[in-house]
Amino acid sequence: MQPIIEIENLSKTYASGLAALSEVSLTIRRGEIFALLGPNGAGKSTLINIVCGIVTPSSGRVRANGHDILSDYRAARGAIGLVPQELTTDAFETVWDTVSFTRGLFGLRKDPAHIERVLRDLSLWEKRDSRIMTLSGGMKRRVLIAKALSHEPQILFLDEPTAGVDVALRQDMWRLVRRLREQGVTVILTTHYIEEAEEMADRVGVIRGGRIILVEEKAELMRKLGRKQLTLQLPAPVEVLPDSLAGFGLELASGGQELVYTYDTKGERTGITGLLTALSAAGIRFSDLNTSQSSLEDIFVDLVKERA
Amino acid sequence: MNWHAVRAIYGFEMARFWRTSMQSILAPVISTSLYFVVFGAAIGSRVSAVDGVPYGLFIVPGLMMLALLTQSISNASFGIYFPRFAGTIYEILSAPISPLEVVLGYVGAAASKSILIGLIILATSALFVPLHIEHPFWMVVFLLLTAITFSLFGFVIGLWADGFEKLQLVPLLIVTPLTFLGGSFYAIDMLPPFWRAVSLFNPVVYLISAFRWSFFGKADVSLGVSVAMIGLFLAVCLGLVTYIFRTGYRLKS
Repeated sequence: MQPIIEIENLSKTYASGLAALSEVSLTIRRGEIFALLGPNGAGKSTLINIVCGIVTPSSGRVRANGHDILSDYRAARGAIGLVPQELTTDAFETVWDTVSFTRGLFGLRKDPAHIERVLRDLSLWEKRDSRIMTLSGGMKRRVLIAKALSHEPQILFLDEPTAGVDVALRQDMWRLVRRLREQGVTVILTTHYIEEAEEMADRVGVIRGGRIILVEEKAELMRKLGRKQLTLQLPAPVEVLPDSLAGFGLELASGGQELVYTYDTKGERTGITGLLTALSAAGIRFSDLNTSQSSLEDIFVDLVKERA
Repeated sequence: MNWHAVRAIYGFEMARFWRTSMQSILAPVISTSLYFVVFGAAIGSRVSAVDGVPYGLFIVPGLMMLALLTQSISNASFGIYFPRFAGTIYEILSAPISPLEVVLGYVGAAASKSILIGLIILATSALFVPLHIEHPFWMVVFLLLTAITFSLFGFVIGLWADGFEKLQLVPLLIVTPLTFLGGSFYAIDMLPPFWRAVSLFNPVVYLISAFRWSFFGKADVSLGVSVAMIGLFLAVCLGLVTYIFRTGYRLKS
């Protein structure tokens, strides 16, 4: 797949001396949904703000849609829509006016039909004549998305798009992002909600301390790093496990009423058959069992811990 | 040139002017009327004509200049400061706009607003005194130049300020006193020699002098010097704005 954003050896050191990004290289593919994960202060927003032209890079090179963001900034920025993390909206303007204003800023003629489509898609049509200050936080978030889509961008940055929004709106946004992807828009999102990345992303990048520590297909990441656990419910609590089970790395949980066995999903042999045989031989019975797979959140936490 | 962006910024700023038209239009009409009542009727009736110009008429260019200077600065400084304060400046910074286009939009709107207010003051004055403009073309030129120059200055203040207090600091503590002491309500040759010499260090003297010349054909200082001073101030403001955009001062980290 063709790259739509190419970042090479990008570094940013602020005037305060804070090194926010160090030699970051990253390629975003055209048409994908890319989730950028990282703890607070990892450099996610700095990275986005450099690509969008809000922060000046210290060194390195960034191309958006084939255009250098510094020497050919008009073409590069014209392809990008940004939904910022903060609810930074006008207050006294109407929804229609503020969305039309953004389209004008991006050098496009007025197109009421397009603005209407965007507002309807975001359930903002009924509010088109309302002043922004009268809208709820969720509605303001929609307005920010409408502004970012007003100039029909090929790349959309969503910086923490669902922070502080209710479940219904979050799901609406997920639907919208999928629809945009179907229309060929490349979406890059940062989020603290790992389930958001898990739900939507094609690829995941993890940034920590200003460095990209991992970029991987989401499915591959979960396959590589995902753990699976088998939990056995015991009819009676067990205090000490017999020596014959020592090789399985079992853990006792819930006051000895559960046995937890962690196994590698990549392995050809999971060891489950051997475990069940060994349990039977040891006279340990179980009343129920279930399996669970580690989430992207678990993987993320493990990764960040590992590199700390 | 991204003319759509210039038009968007200009239209956005002018919309604010019309949205607050009671404050934007009515306030200068009332304050001008009050100046005429106090300076024109009450005090003016006891002041003899200045250079053959009745006092009520004499203060019209000064009143217009007073409004033009303060309005240009406050409109332009607020116009760019508010998006910085509210955080919506990200839109301007991430849009495909050049610094020149940003300045054209904001400064153009601020200058338009102050010119409108200047013309409203002129129209209000006509209700109190019989207006006569000797050089209407030059009156318009000085009106435009002053509005643009001080809107640029206001734009610089709006970028420099990091709080509402600083935003008011320069207009209140520097510009308004300089305007009052720049001959808005008197000719500087009415001052004692020492204060007259001091006044020549006040750049506003040259603006008001040139503007008054366009009305009555008489000036406190030579017209050439006034035009050179206006040009110099315009060049300084343009230089400052260029420096700010080149370095990203207060705009980009």
